[in-house]
Amino acid sequence: MTATAPHAQPLAVEVMTYREALRLALREEMQRDPRVFVMGEEVGVFDGAYKVTAGLLEEFGPDRVRDTPISEEGFVGAGVGAAMLGERPVVEIMTLNFLLVAMDQVVNHAAKIGAMFGGQVRCPMVIRTPNGAGNQLTAQHSQSFDQYFAHVPGLKVVAPSNPADAKGLLKAAIRDDDPVLFIENLRIYTEKGPVPLDSESVVPLGRARIARSGSDLTIVTHSYATVRALHVAERLAESHGFNVEVVDLRSLRPLDMETVAASVAKTNHALCIEEGWPTYGVTAELAARIQHACFDDLDAPVERLGMAEVPLPYSKPLETAALPNEDRIEQAIVGMLS
Amino acid sequence: MTVAIPAAQRMDVERYGVMTLIRQLETEAERQYKLARIGGYCHLSSGQEAITVAAAQALQHEDLLVTGYRCHGFALARGVSPEAVMAELFGRSSGCAHGRGGSMHLLDASRGFYGGWGIVAGQLPIATGLALALVRQGRPQAVLCELGDGAVNMGAWHESLNLAALWQLPVVFLVINNEYGMGTSVERASAEPELWRRAESYRMHGERVDGNDLEAAVEACERLLTRARDERKPAVLEALTYRYRGHSVADAGTAYRTKDEVAAHQTQDPLVRTRARLIESGVAASELEALDREAAERVAAAVAFAEADPEPDVSELAAGVYAPGSADQFERMRPGSPLGELDLVFEGGLGE
Repeated sequence: MTATAPHAQPLAVEVMTYREALRLALREEMQRDPRVFVMGEEVGVFDGAYKVTAGLLEEFGPDRVRDTPISEEGFVGAGVGAAMLGERPVVEIMTLNFLLVAMDQVVNHAAKIGAMFGGQVRCPMVIRTPNGAGNQLTAQHSQSFDQYFAHVPGLKVVAPSNPADAKGLLKAAIRDDDPVLFIENLRIYTEKGPVPLDSESVVPLGRARIARSGSDLTIVTHSYATVRALHVAERLAESHGFNVEVVDLRSLRPLDMETVAASVAKTNHALCIEEGWPTYGVTAELAARIQHACFDDLDAPVERLGMAEVPLPYSKPLETAALPNEDRIEQAIVGMLS
Repeated sequence: MTVAIPAAQRMDVERYGVMTLIRQLETEAERQYKLARIGGYCHLSSGQEAITVAAAQALQHEDLLVTGYRCHGFALARGVSPEAVMAELFGRSSGCAHGRGGSMHLLDASRGFYGGWGIVAGQLPIATGLALALVRQGRPQAVLCELGDGAVNMGAWHESLNLAALWQLPVVFLVINNEYGMGTSVERASAEPELWRRAESYRMHGERVDGNDLEAAVEACERLLTRARDERKPAVLEALTYRYRGHSVADAGTAYRTKDEVAAHQTQDPLVRTRARLIESGVAASELEALDREAAERVAAAVAFAEADPEPDVSELAAGVYAPGSADQFERMRPGSPLGELDLVFEGGLGE
C-alpha cells in the first residue's frame, strides 16, 4: 500500500518525476495551510538549486517563498523559532552536506524542544535536502548523513525512494507536529512514477513498503539504494532464479522494524544496503535489530553494504567502485544464497 | 516624613523588590548547590540584577523573551514564581520546566519566555525566527534576545544579526557584557571590544548603556523595544555590568581576576545604587528593608516548596519528546529494541 485514502474510490494518478511530485506536495500544502512557508538558498528567484520550488514564488509571493543568504545556521534556527510560534516552515538545504553547519540548531535545539517544554511548545518544521553521490561531486558533496540525524531522539527522518512516496511523505512531514528531516536524493529527482493526485492522500511516517515481494532474501534499504536494489532483484530473478524481497524503509526514525522482521522471518536472509558509510550507520542499526528480532529465523549472518569508507574521489571509475553499485549488490546476494 | 513619590520611582521600588529577590534566590541557590540539592551547572548572575530586571520588565505582556543559560534572574523578572524556579533547580515536577531543564533551561511559554538555552549563541537564530513569525502573523510584539559577551564571536551572532537586519525583524539583541566569557576577558576575546559597534556592520542601530544604572537601563530597553514594535527594526543594546560569582558555582572566579577587581565593582553594585537613589528621591529606607525581608521570606518559602515537591515520575520519562499522535508512528519500531527501551521509552508515553 503506497497511500491511504479517506474514501474507497480509486485514486486518480499521474505519472510525474520525483521532483514534480515534491513540488506538487509543497503547492498543495501551501494552498491548504497559510502557516506553511518555504525558506532557503535560491528557493525563490532562482527557482531552487534543483528546481524543486520552481514556480512557487510566482504563485505564493516572497513572504512564503523566502530567499535567504548563505547562512544555514541562521535560517535553520529561524525556522526553529518560527515553528515554535506555530508557523510551519519548510526549510530547504541545498544538499545534506551543508546541513552540518546548522547541526547545532537541528540536533541541539529543534530536537530538544518537545521534551524541554513538556509539550507547551512544539517545533513543527521540515528540513528538505537531497543527499547522495554519483555525479562526480567528490568528497565534500557526495555524502549521506542520514544516520547522524536518525540517531537523535526528538527528530524524525524520512527518505522517499520514488515519486509517490516523495509526495505522500512530504505532505505527512509538513503536517507533522515534530521536526522532520526530509532526505531527497539527487539521482532520483528525474525518476518517474505514478503519483496520486488526491490532495488528502498522505503516506504515514513509520510505515515501510514492500517494494518487491520475494521469498529467498530480504534487502532492507532506503532512498536511492532502493532503486539499485530493485534493478538487481529483477536481474537476479532472470539470471539465477533468485526471488529477492526489497523492503524500502521510507522512514528511518520512526523505523518500521515489524515489516523488516516479518520479511526476514519469511526469507531467512537479510542484506542491508545504504548509500552512506556502513560503520556506525543505518545498516549497523538494522543489523543489530534484525539479529535480535529474528535470531531464530536467520540462516546466515546479516550482511551490510554501503559506500566504501573513503572520502569519495572524483575519478569516475573510483567513484563507481566506491558506491554500493549494482554489481556489488549482485555479488553480495549471490554470495549469500550460494 | 511623608513625601509624594512619583510613579516612575514607585515602579523602581517594585523593580528593586525583584532585584533583591534575584540576589537572594541566587545566593540561596549557591548554598543549596553546595548541599548537593541542586545539580548540573548553575550559573549565577549576582551583580547583573539591574539590567536583568530593566529588560524583562520593559517587555509587554505578549512580547517574547529568549535568553542564554544565565537565566534565573530573567525567569523571576518575567514573573515565574520563586517556587517554580527553585523547584526546577531541585529537579522537581512543579519546576517551570517540570524537572527537564534545571538551571540552564528555565522557561515559561505562558509568559512568553521561550527558554533559557545552553549553547552559547544558539538562542540567537531562534529569537530571529520568533521575530519572523511575529511579522508573518501580523502581531505587533517584539522579541528580546539576551546573550553574554562571549556569544558575540560565534557565527550564529553574525548570521542572526544579518538576517534580522536584512528582513527588518522586531528583535532587540541584549548583550550582557559582564567582562568575562567564562574566564576570558572581552579584551582577550573580541577584536572590537566595544561590542555595540558590531551592529554597524549590519546597518543596525547599536548602543551601550550602564547596566548597573537601573534608570538608564530601563530607558534604553523600553525605547529600543518600542522602536522594534513600532518601526519593525532590530537593535543591539550592550549593557555593561559585572558578575561577582564565578562563571558557574563550580568556578571560584579567582584564576582570571583579582579580589580587588571584584571589590571595586561591588562599589557600583546595582542594588546599592538603586537603594541610594530611591532613598534620595524620598522613598523610606524601611520600605526597601521590608522588600529585602519579603524577598528572604519568599526564597525560604520557595526552598520549602521545592523540598516538598515530588520528583518527576519515571513513568513519564518520554513525555513530550514527540508530539501527541506519534505513538502510532513509532509502534512498529519495537522489534529488536535496545534493552530497557520498551519499558523506559515506549511505556513512558512516547508521543501519546
